[in-house]
Parts: sequence; structure tokens; C-alpha cells
Amino acid sequence: MHISEGVLSPAVLGSGAALAALGTAIGLRRLDYDRLMTVALLSAAFFVGSLVHIPVGLGSVHLVLNGLLGVLLGWAAFPAILAALALQGLLFQYGGLTVLGVNTFNMAFAGVLAAHARKGIARLLPGPGGQRTADFCGGALGVALAGFFTAAALAFSDEGFLTAAKLLFLAHLPVMAVEGVITLFTVSFIARVRPEMLNL
Amino acid sequence: MNTAVRKPRGLDLRDFDPRVRLALAALAALCLALVRQIPSSLLGLALGLALLGLARPPLAALLRRLAAINVFVLFLWCVLPFTAPGEQIPLGPLDVSSDGARLALLISFKANAVFCVFQALANDISPAEAGCALKRLGCPAKLIFVFLLTGRYVHLLTEEWRNLMAAAKLRAFEPRAGLRAWRVMACLLGLLLVRCYDRSRRVNEAMRLRAFTGNFRTVTEFRARGADAALAAAVFLYLAGIGLTEAGFLHA
Repeated sequence: MHISEGVLSPAVLGSGAALAALGTAIGLRRLDYDRLMTVALLSAAFFVGSLVHIPVGLGSVHLVLNGLLGVLLGWAAFPAILAALALQGLLFQYGGLTVLGVNTFNMAFAGVLAAHARKGIARLLPGPGGQRTADFCGGALGVALAGFFTAAALAFSDEGFLTAAKLLFLAHLPVMAVEGVITLFTVSFIARVRPEMLNL
Repeated sequence: MNTAVRKPRGLDLRDFDPRVRLALAALAALCLALVRQIPSSLLGLALGLALLGLARPPLAALLRRLAAINVFVLFLWCVLPFTAPGEQIPLGPLDVSSDGARLALLISFKANAVFCVFQALANDISPAEAGCALKRLGCPAKLIFVFLLTGRYVHLLTEEWRNLMAAAKLRAFEPRAGLRAWRVMACLLGLLLVRCYDRSRRVNEAMRLRAFTGNFRTVTEFRARGADAALAAAVFLYLAGIGLTEAGFLHA
């Protein structure tokens, strides 16, 4: 999921950082400090979610939760994911500073797009079945798009990466299904318990 | 916050100003990320190892993290030499692309070099210290707010998740692959998020009551001394050397 340091070309790193900065600026613009607190805590939950292992078959996958974060926060997912990834880099000393922009943009923009797709699907298919489909797509598309952006970043860096990029995208597919199911159940849980959280 | 009394043991990287260390780590990471040639990436790795030698972090944790970052590198080693275009060299039953192997080698050096530099320079900087240092380096206030609060609550929420899982397991929940188990875990996750939301409202109100206006004040004083300047100068010079190597100075 994360691209390590030293892999991408300067052009891709630069564009990733610029796009992430733009997204973060959009995300932060309309946030006052009352909402920032919620963003910060959900960012911490995103961090914790990436440590949650969901059993699949004989192994397990860890959750990404960028789709869910996009659904809950919209554009504010950008600062939340940026803070969580920066913290991950600092706490585990993975570094990841130069790829921070690319990784943030890949995950956060995928989350924002997934959230919009969820809304669109829910409008197209009214009723509980449509809502469930929309929630599933919110999670699944978040991972799928993040995988696609990551693969694209690799493929744009060097033509030698093309096969690696395709394999990386394929590896995201099982995670996508799990993430979709988990997001579906989590969102329906939140809708029952704290519906106001979905309209933050 | 690290309050343990340390024995003096000569030159210790942890005594240097966190701002200087963060800025140097960032600069070195940036320079090393742009390197495209093997000799300069090797010089970068040497810098990382030298700094690591000065910092002397705990070995077990270091090796664990080293393994973690090399998983992606290993994946690239499994794919790149066999799939990249360019000159093919037969090796047993397989054809190995020299360009692919070169790229994989370059990435291995660069990734590990940046990791070593970070591990050495940013080893014991806590999120709170990093937040202060970022503020002094001119990062937007709202972003620092999110970063600091995230850092403050990560451990608490991790603990909360462990408690939720322990409570579920005490009620005979077994995390297995299957829709039922996924549903339970999703509900626990939802519960974590709901508690997160409620907590954020409570914390916000409590902080407002204590006259918080969005501005963190700190009693941490950073002082850059001569030693910090010397460290910065040494790293600058070394990075300049890497730049010259990259520009073909060695070949000339």
C-alpha cells in the first residue's frame, strides 16, 4: 500500500506533494477548531484501523479505512490522513517524508472520490438495498482507487515498474472486497447509533 | 516525554536540537530521494550508517523496522529484474534485465539510506516535540493542531481497541474469516469511531472551558548551539559531495 522512500521519480514526488498540499488546503479551509478536534480524533482512529487485522482465508489483511474516512470527513480526510501518515513515519521512524505527499494524495483523494461515488449511488438507487450497495462501494472504491493511484505513481516513475504496478493493483483486489464489507457494516452501525456523524 | 536520566557517553545525537535534527533528516531524505546513480546512493547509505553509528539506537527494534521497510524492496526485487525492459542477460532458465536489476539495487540503497538517516536523527523525537519543532519551522497552525491531537490520542485509541477486542473475546468471539466475524469487527470499529466522536466533543468543550483558542503554548525551549551548527555543516557538506558525485564529478 505505502510506497517506500527512494522508489519514485522526482517529477512524481513533486506532483504528489503539490496535489496533497492543495487537497489539505481545501480540507483545512472550512474547518474551525470545533471540527478540527473531531478530525484529529478520527485521524487517530484511522491510524489505529490500519493496525486492525481482519482474518481472510488462512491469512489476514489490515484495513485501510480511507473510504470510510472520506465518507465521514469529505475533504477533511486530507489533513487527517496527512497527520496519521506523518505520525506513522515519526513513531516507527519509517521516514517516508519525501513520499508523504504521494501517499497522502493517493489515499485521501481516493477516499474523497469514493465518498462522492457513495452519495451518487445512494441517490440513483433509493431504498435500503441501494444504501447498502452505496456503502459497500464507498469502502471498496476507496481501496481500489488508492491502489490504482499507487500503481499509476509507480508506472509514471519508470517504465520498468509497469509489471510491478499491475501486480500491486491486483494485490489490492481482495482487500477491496473486505474493506467494502467492513465499511458497509460500520457505516450502517454508525447510521443507527450516531446518524449525525455521517453529516459532519 | 523522556525523563530518564541518561549517563553521559560522549557524543550523543539525542542531545542535538530537535529542530535541527528534523530539518537535517528532511533535507537528507529529499536529496537522497532525487539521486539516480548507484555510487551516490551508496554514499547516502554510508551517511545513514555513520549517523546510525553515532545514534546507537536499540538493535532489536532497529532490525524489526529494517525488515518492515524492506518488504516493499523485496517485492520489487522479485518483480523488476524479470519484467523490466532493456538488455536481457540469461541466468539459468530466466532472462534477467540488467536495467531492472540496476533499478532494484538503486532503490534498495536509497530506501535503506533514508531509513537509516531518519532512524538516527529522528529516533527519540516525540510527537509533541515534533509538533513544536514543526511550528517553529513554519507549518500551518491547524495542521499542527491535528498532528498533535492525533499523536496524543493514538495510544489511547489503540488501548481502547484492545479493550473492545478483549471484551468481545471474553464473550466467546473468535476472529475467523467469514461474514459473521467481519460484521462483529465492523461493529466494534463503528463503536470505536462513535466513542472517538463523543470524546472529541468532550475534549473540545473541556479545552474551551480552559480558555483554549486554538493556539498551543509550549514551555519547551529549543536552543541551537555550536554543536548543532557543526552537525548541520557536516551533513550539508556531505550532501553537497553526494550532489557532486551525482553530477559526474567522480567520472570527470
